[in-house]
Amino acid sequence: MMNFSATPKDREFLLPASPLFIAVSLFVALLLDWLPWGGLWLALRPDFVAVVLLYWCTHKPYRVNIGIAWAMGILSDVADASLFGQHALAYAVLAFGGVVLHRRVQMFDLRQQTMQVFPLLLTAYAVYAGVHWQLHGYVAWEYFAGSVTSTLLWAPLTLLLQALRRPRTDDEL
Amino acid sequence: MEHTESVRFFNRGPSPVVRLAFFSLLSLLLLFVDARYQYLESTRRVIAALVYPVQRLSTLPGELWHGAGAFLTLQNNLVHDNELLRARHVADAARLQQFDTLQLENAQLRKLLDVQQRSDYRMQLAEVVYVERDVFKREVFIDKGSQANVQPGQIVMDDNGIIGQVTRVYPWLSEVTLVTDKDHAVPVQILRSGLRAIVFGSGDTNDLALRYMPVNADIQDGDELVTSGIDGTYPPGMPVAKVTHIERDPAYPFARILCSPIAGVNSQRFLLILSGEHKLPPRPPEAAAPDSRGKKGKKKMP
Repeated sequence: MMNFSATPKDREFLLPASPLFIAVSLFVALLLDWLPWGGLWLALRPDFVAVVLLYWCTHKPYRVNIGIAWAMGILSDVADASLFGQHALAYAVLAFGGVVLHRRVQMFDLRQQTMQVFPLLLTAYAVYAGVHWQLHGYVAWEYFAGSVTSTLLWAPLTLLLQALRRPRTDDEL
Repeated sequence: MEHTESVRFFNRGPSPVVRLAFFSLLSLLLLFVDARYQYLESTRRVIAALVYPVQRLSTLPGELWHGAGAFLTLQNNLVHDNELLRARHVADAARLQQFDTLQLENAQLRKLLDVQQRSDYRMQLAEVVYVERDVFKREVFIDKGSQANVQPGQIVMDDNGIIGQVTRVYPWLSEVTLVTDKDHAVPVQILRSGLRAIVFGSGDTNDLALRYMPVNADIQDGDELVTSGIDGTYPPGMPVAKVTHIERDPAYPFARILCSPIAGVNSQRFLLILSGEHKLPPRPPEAAAPDSRGKKGKKKMP
């Protein structure tokens, strides 16, 4: 019964994602990103905002789109004191990938989705690192470790958000 | 099929490609303007003020944890710390008494020699709010901003030595670039020999590099580097780093010298901001061009 393969039949049972729920999930992701990570943990930290954005872009592509991803990027830029547009560009590219591939991603089960999501996240990380490389002339390679942990976060995060969007059944009431 | 698709897209607004193109261009434009001209600082300040409460909220668990830790310290540790501090206080007091007379003497000598007086520095205590969240940068944020009269370019130190420099100021926060930040340059002097040099951050947490020193330069393991004050940014005589490793290979024109910072660049929670500015006479106009030593402490704005 706990089959989260996200087939169309399954999705019928999900509650429509309210704007409030989307906003709260993005807000929580921001909070998690802004926890005081440091050292090795910082390099291994998954980019929560990116994964949540990707989830919404693939599952609700007409609600959360490139514009929202870009705005989240601007907020991250201010908080991280990176250049204006650095996160924004990376998240816009990520959201584009999510929106374009949303049908394909939804067809697969979680394991296959993870494989589909990895290139998207890696591209977003590469965009961020590429901008940095253009402006400062070097790349910190440990930065890319974050794309792997972000990918690993995809499955648990999808399960969590799907579970939160599932309506309560009678016996739970 | 294709027909219905296109109609749907039309109803949903511009296609993803158009959106991507628009937002990418916007980002690139912002990047260009921000990197080249720094026009966007006021916008950044406004957004930072909006973001600030959320940032504080996200550091709350850490602060609570710290607070709980402080509350639950063993009495044993407190007694031990107290003893240590008392001993240190006695030692410091003896040195301070000498310092007062020495300072007076120094002032008189400087007057006699007609050398410019060294100014006093006022200190401001600040607390680190967050450590850098970007793997590419060595930065911390401290809890004093333009409301507390912090200005960009001020020096931040702990009780042992230089930590870094304030590079950006928000209303209630400021951003401190650490000396270990990649290519952050500090003009220094070797305390033992008086040799001048520039120490660069390596982007690693615990390493500084002394570049452009000839193979036969008079440097030894364990030499202490203090700021030379030549740049006009860093006040003279502040400890910066200790030489940890020297590699003299005659095949290369320069020796490879690694240092480790003296101050707890990664570990300190409370920092001091120096607020008296270090005044230098204006630079003579024509001797400008090729000399990189007189440049500001920061070569590259991160």
